[in-house]
Amino acid sequence: MYRYDTFDQQLVNERVAAFRDQTRRYLAGRITDDEFRALRLRNGLYLQRFAPMLRISIPYGLLSSRQMRCLAHIARRYDKDYGHFTTRQNIQFNWPKLEETPDILAELAEVEMHAIQTSGNAVRNITTDPLAGVAKDEWVDPRPYCEITRQWASFHPEFNFLPRKFKIAFSASTTDRAATMVHDIGVHIVRNARGEIGYTVYVGGGLGRTPMIGHKIREFLPEADLLSYCEAILRVYNRLGRRDNIHKARIKILVKALGPAQFAEQVEAEWKQIKDTPLKLERKDLDYFRAFFQPHPYEAKADDDATFTPALESDASFATWIRHNTREHRVPGYRIVFISLKARGVAPGDCTSAQMDALAGLADLYSFGEIRTTHDQNLVLADVKQADLYALWQALTPLHLATPNIGTLTDLICCPGLDFCSLANAGSIGIAQELSERFDKLDYLYDLGELQIKMSGCMNGCGHHSVGHIGVLGVDKEGEEWYQLTLGGSASNDAALGDRLGPAIARDRVVEAITRLVETYLAQRQEDERFLDTYRRVGLEPFKQNVYDTNH
Amino acid sequence: MTQIIRDQRIVTDDWCRLDDAAPLPAAGRVIVSLARWRAETPVLKARGDVGVAIPSELDVAELQDDLPHLPLIALYFVFIQPRPEGGRTFDGRAYSQARVLRERHGFRGEIRATGDVFRDSMFYMHRCGINAFEVKPGQDLDDALNAFKDFTLHYQGAADDPIPLFHRRRQADT
Ligand code: SF4
Repeated sequence: MYRYDTFDQQLVNERVAAFRDQTRRYLAGRITDDEFRALRLRNGLYLQRFAPMLRISIPYGLLSSRQMRCLAHIARRYDKDYGHFTTRQNIQFNWPKLEETPDILAELAEVEMHAIQTSGNAVRNITTDPLAGVAKDEWVDPRPYCEITRQWASFHPEFNFLPRKFKIAFSASTTDRAATMVHDIGVHIVRNARGEIGYTVYVGGGLGRTPMIGHKIREFLPEADLLSYCEAILRVYNRLGRRDNIHKARIKILVKALGPAQFAEQVEAEWKQIKDTPLKLERKDLDYFRAFFQPHPYEAKADDDATFTPALESDASFATWIRHNTREHRVPGYRIVFISLKARGVAPGDCTSAQMDALAGLADLYSFGEIRTTHDQNLVLADVKQADLYALWQALTPLHLATPNIGTLTDLICCPGLDFCSLANAGSIGIAQELSERFDKLDYLYDLGELQIKMSGCMNGCGHHSVGHIGVLGVDKEGEEWYQLTLGGSASNDAALGDRLGPAIARDRVVEAITRLVETYLAQRQEDERFLDTYRRVGLEPFKQNVYDTNH
Repeated sequence: MTQIIRDQRIVTDDWCRLDDAAPLPAAGRVIVSLARWRAETPVLKARGDVGVAIPSELDVAELQDDLPHLPLIALYFVFIQPRPEGGRTFDGRAYSQARVLRERHGFRGEIRATGDVFRDSMFYMHRCGINAFEVKPGQDLDDALNAFKDFTLHYQGAADDPIPLFHRRRQADT
C-alpha cells in the first residue's frame, strides 16, 4: 500500500499544527463561528446532535494493521470504545471532545492518517473498488490513480471552498463495484484498441435530494491528462455552480442546467488551456505510485493444500460462510474474505475496539497486514490462503465477525439516522435491527438471494437509499417518523434510481411492508431471478398492491 | 489610516475606494467598480493609477484587454447563507479568478482580497496569486502574517509555484 515519504508526513504534520492552533484560537474566542465551521469541516469535525463527530479518512478504503490498531486505540481512549465505518469507506467517531480532536489528529498522523477534507465543500475521500488488485475482472489496478488524485486534491488552494462537497470514484474492472455512476466524477480506467490506458469520464451523478445517474462527458481521456482534466471540471464547477441554494449546489444540478454536452464543451475549452502544463503525468510519475501497489508475495502452490476441501465437507457452517462471505481471488489458492459488520443486534458498520484489534492481528497473520473497507460498510481481508481460511473463520466467529450474510437482505446499508445525526427525520438503525431479527433464518435469507436494502434518515441520502434494490428514506410527518420506500435502484453497471412505491409508511408498519415486498418477489420470481430482475420484469404494481392492501 | 497586508508585510493602505457617484479626483490611487470602469474606460485606462473591483461571477477573460492598464484588481470573498437552511458557506469563486489572472493572463499587478478575508483563508489565497489582503475588521494583523507559514510544501501547482510535488519525486528518482 502507499507509504508516506517525508513530504507527505510533513504536510500532514503541518496540518495538525495548524488545526491545533485554530482550535486554540476558537476556544479563546478569537475565531468566529462561521470561520471555525469552515475550518473544522475541512478536518472532518461536525458538531452533531449529542457531541462532535470526527470523520477520519481511509483513502480508497485501504488500511494497514498498524492503522487499524491506532483506530482501536482512538476508540478506546477518546470515544466509547467503538467506531462506525461509513459508506464512503471512512470511519467516524461519534463521541470525541472538541478540545481533544487536535490530539486525535496528532495520533493519527503518526500512522499516516488524517481527517483532511472528509467533510466541507471540498474534494472528499477518493473511493474505489474494495477488491482493487485482487479481483479477477480487473484490467488495471486503480489505486495508483486514486493516490495521485488524492494528492492533487489535498489542500488544493483553488477548490477548498466549492459550492458543495465533491466526490470522485474510480473503477477499473468489468463490474463497477465503486458506484461510479452516482459520483460527481466517476472515472473508468480503460484501454483503447491500441492497448493504451485512458479514462472514460462521467460527471454529475449523485445521490441525496435530487439523485441522478452520471453523464459520460469523455469517451477516452489519455492517461497523462487525468489531473488537468479534473482541474478543468472543478474550475468550471467552482465558477458556475450554484451557491444560493444548498440543495441545488452539487455539480449534477449544473450539468443538468447546462446540459451534459454544453458542460462537456466548457470543460474541454478550459482543459485545452491547461493540459500542457506541469499537471501532465509522465510514465515515471505513474510508475512511482504503481510501485506501492505491487502484488503481494503470494505462494506459488497455495491451491495445493489438503485441508480446505475436507474442512468444507465436514463443517457445514464453515462451508456456508465460505459460500457467502468469500470470493474468488485472481491467484489460485487464495480467497477474498468479507468481514460482515452486520451481525444481529449491531448497528451496520459499527466495530468495537476489541474487534479492530483482533482484526489487525488476523490481518497480520493471514492477509499481509492489510484490511479494506467497503462502501457497503463491511471489511475485507483480501489475500487469504485457502489453507488458512478455517482458522480465520474460527477466530472470526466468537468476535461476531463471521455472520454469513454478505450480499443478502440483512447485509444492509444504513446511515446513523436519528440516533446520531442532527439532520435526521427518522431513525434507521432501529429498523435495521428489526429487519435482522425478522429475517434471521439463514435458509430463507439465502433463498432470497442478492437483495440490497439501503436506508437514509433524511433526503441527504448518506445511506444511498435511492440506489437500493429496496430503498428506505426517513421523512418527517408532523414530528413523527415515516418512511418512503423505493424499488429497483442499483449503483452497479445497471445503475438506476429506485421508483417510489407509494405514500410514506408509518414507523410501526415499515418492517411489515418490507416483508410484503419480499413475499411479492418470492411469489413472482421465475427460476433463480434476482429481486432486481423480477422487479424490472413485473414492475411496481404487484408490490404496491401487496403493501398497501390493508385487508391482508 | 487602514492597515493591510501586502507582500507579507503590514503596510498602510495607499489606495482608496471611489464611490460610483463621487467625482474622479485629479490624482491619487483609486479603486472603482467594474461598472464605472466599463463606463469610463478610456479616461481611467489612461491614468494608470486606477484599479478595479470585480464581482466574483465575472469571467476574468473579459478583462483581457484592460489588464495592461490595470495596476490593481480587487476580488471579493464573502460568507453566504444558502437557502433554505444550514450553516453559512464561504464563496470560493475568487480563488479561481486569481489563478486565471496570474497563470493564464500573466497579470503582474496587485491582486487584492477584500470582503470576509480572515486569517485562516489567506494561505490558499496567497497560493492562488493574491498578494494583498484587506483583512476584515477584528482580526489580529500580526497573527494573520502567520498564515503564510501554515504549510511549507504543497502537492499541487498554483500561481505561487506551478510545479506539483510529484515532479520533485520524479527528479529525486533519477
Ligand atoms: S442521510 Fe440524513 S440522517 Fe442520515 S446521516 Fe445523512 S444527513 Fe444524517
